[in-house]
Amino acid sequence: MQFTFKGGIHPPDSKELARDRAIRRARAPKQVIIPLSQHIGAPCKLAVEIGQRVKVGEVVGTPEGFVSAPVHSSVSGKVISVCDYPGVTGKMVSSVVIENDFLEEWIPLSDRPDYQSLLIDQLKHMVKDAGIVGMGGAAFPTHVKLSPPAEKPIDVVIISGAECEPYLTADYRVMLQNAREIIEGTKIIMMILGVTETIIGIEDNKPEAIEIMTKAAAGEPQISVLSLPVKYPQGAEKMLIKAALNRTVPERGLPMDVGVLVLNISTAMAVYEAVRYGKPLVERVITVSGEGINYPANLLVKVGIPVSDIIEECGGFKTTAAKVIAGGPMMGFALSDLSVPVTKGTSGILVLPEDGVAHAGEFRNCIRCGRCIEICPMGLMPSMLSVTSEKGFYEMSKEYNLFDCFECGSCTYVCPSKRPIVQLVRLAKSLVKP
Amino acid sequence: MERSRDQNRLIVSTSPHIRSEETTQHIVWSVNLALLPAALMGIYFFGPMAAAIIAVSITTAVLCEYGYQKALKKRVTIDDGSAVLTGLLFGLTLPPSVPLYIPFVGSFVAIVLAKQLFGGLGFNIFNPALIGRAFVQISFPKLMTVWLEPTAAFVFIDAKTTATPLGILKEEGLQKLLEHSGTYLNLYTNMLFGHRPGSLGETSVVALLMGAAFLLYRRYISWHIPVSFLSTAGLLAWVFGGSEGLFTGDPVLHLLSGGIILSAFFMATDYVTSPSIRKGQIIFGIGCGFLTMLIRLKGGYPEGVMFAILLMNCFSPLIDRSFRSNVFGAAERKGLLK
Repeated sequence: MQFTFKGGIHPPDSKELARDRAIRRARAPKQVIIPLSQHIGAPCKLAVEIGQRVKVGEVVGTPEGFVSAPVHSSVSGKVISVCDYPGVTGKMVSSVVIENDFLEEWIPLSDRPDYQSLLIDQLKHMVKDAGIVGMGGAAFPTHVKLSPPAEKPIDVVIISGAECEPYLTADYRVMLQNAREIIEGTKIIMMILGVTETIIGIEDNKPEAIEIMTKAAAGEPQISVLSLPVKYPQGAEKMLIKAALNRTVPERGLPMDVGVLVLNISTAMAVYEAVRYGKPLVERVITVSGEGINYPANLLVKVGIPVSDIIEECGGFKTTAAKVIAGGPMMGFALSDLSVPVTKGTSGILVLPEDGVAHAGEFRNCIRCGRCIEICPMGLMPSMLSVTSEKGFYEMSKEYNLFDCFECGSCTYVCPSKRPIVQLVRLAKSLVKP
Repeated sequence: MERSRDQNRLIVSTSPHIRSEETTQHIVWSVNLALLPAALMGIYFFGPMAAAIIAVSITTAVLCEYGYQKALKKRVTIDDGSAVLTGLLFGLTLPPSVPLYIPFVGSFVAIVLAKQLFGGLGFNIFNPALIGRAFVQISFPKLMTVWLEPTAAFVFIDAKTTATPLGILKEEGLQKLLEHSGTYLNLYTNMLFGHRPGSLGETSVVALLMGAAFLLYRRYISWHIPVSFLSTAGLLAWVFGGSEGLFTGDPVLHLLSGGIILSAFFMATDYVTSPSIRKGQIIFGIGCGFLTMLIRLKGGYPEGVMFAILLMNCFSPLIDRSFRSNVFGAAERKGLLK
């Protein structure tokens, strides 16, 4: 039985640009910028001093509080600065700048071929110490997700290979090239949670990934691979749970309210590497794509590498390049400064040409055509949210369930009047209390 | 490698960074295009005066919108095609006999009073073209009820002025209407193609349906309002429209006459003044059908679509509020709170 969520859109997926580029390791950067906050939750406390020499995998920031994750150096070299540095959102984040000595000297890693005999608490600690956070974009600390409260037991894990954002192919390449590791990571996650059922959800525009993952999961009766008809925003937790299990997460609730935990396939892979090899999260696969970049690619990059290094690695801008985005085109952030670093949650760097973003400026009145209402996956009336916010009736926008919007951008995509609905929603959210 | 755009010239805006191709201008101009066959048929049947009426109506609408927006230092939006559409729709609802100040006055009322004073496109409560029509209907009742025989037709060939099929049906009955055409087949065929007296753009059902099919195919309108509107009207015509008791009415005749086809596909479906939510659109259509037949069968006017739609326009915001879909997980949240 195939379920789905209500609404959703079908933008051109544009994945052909980078789909067939195998993952390759990017050149190591001269220096990395490691933000002390790369996750949802409390920022880390600085654990190094200026001038100190660090190795790859050395902790540079220790977590403060439960909802937090340590950050590690991704190069060996010298700490040359600790300062406020802009992140992908443009906000200043306290960051550690490390100069690479190109020796690639690692901290001693603990190889654990016997990891299956470890205790659950040990496993959780390994995940936490590796600084693993959700790599699909939200960057929520994974060890917190793996510690649900006793009254909310998890009975199904969903590993998301949906990758519903156009252009992005990083998860796809990871599935093709690391299927075994993903399955092993999934088994560790199941072990920690004591769960006996896992669904790996993959959109059906990635048939090769579905095939390879199905093969890799063949010997595991508790793990099944589910092909999902393409629809944005299928990668959103609530939508994915609805599509995979027909369970509805309560309004303002969490997946654990319906006994589900959702993790991204790259996160599952990181869990495996953390447990099996003791490897902290210091590198990740990102997609570099878009019509404005010379050589699209899927790159294994060090966390903290400046975006400008990545652009250079991929042959630089085409003359048409007009906009650089960290993340996908639907929910990513446009960059004004290319010296910002890639973080654990960055899934791609896109360079779009001017005609791709032509509608950024002017917009017209809402004609109440209802397209946004029809496609809103949350069942909202984006048209009314945009009109109330535009006219300054921010309180009134709460009557239209302002805080249930998770800003997937579907409404803004379909709007024929090119209204910046998501932007107006963010404005209202920033001016009223929930 | 050329680097034409340094980072100081990067475009920065909030997500999403891609947009669909569809634009409001494209939708509105497509509706204009869809009305073209009906307008041409009107001109074919009723001659150059019909063309003049449409021209005055559109020109006045565009000039009024331009003048109003210029005077109030607002952005001029005549390029979106909505003023042209209001002018065209209003022109198509006029009897071909009216003097040219009628389209002028009506278009002015439609654009300035019904649209711009409410805040412009998107903020008007009532369909501007129909407000214009209602204004001239009430202000110039004599002029608005002089109907011409279609000159290109071979049926009503003698008299210059006559009554509309709906008028005949209401005042003299079906028999009288049949006398004009001879057989049912002739009557239906004439009405389907537009060989009949009536407002200049409403008579050719075939031309209107062609335009409607185009809009449905492009998904610029959905079936919900026209289907619920026409089926309600047809059902009521069948049940209550006959002279020999219940269930003896002629629904086909009712659907082919008057402005119901023009209205159901091109006016009741106006995005701005109809509900945005599908379920609500069905209620809206049923309401339009019911009020149309109430006026046609029991009211003082032979035709009721105009007032029916205007009345239902009032309810659109209310209908949208009542048929709002549930927020994802709202029911489950209630369960959780229990």
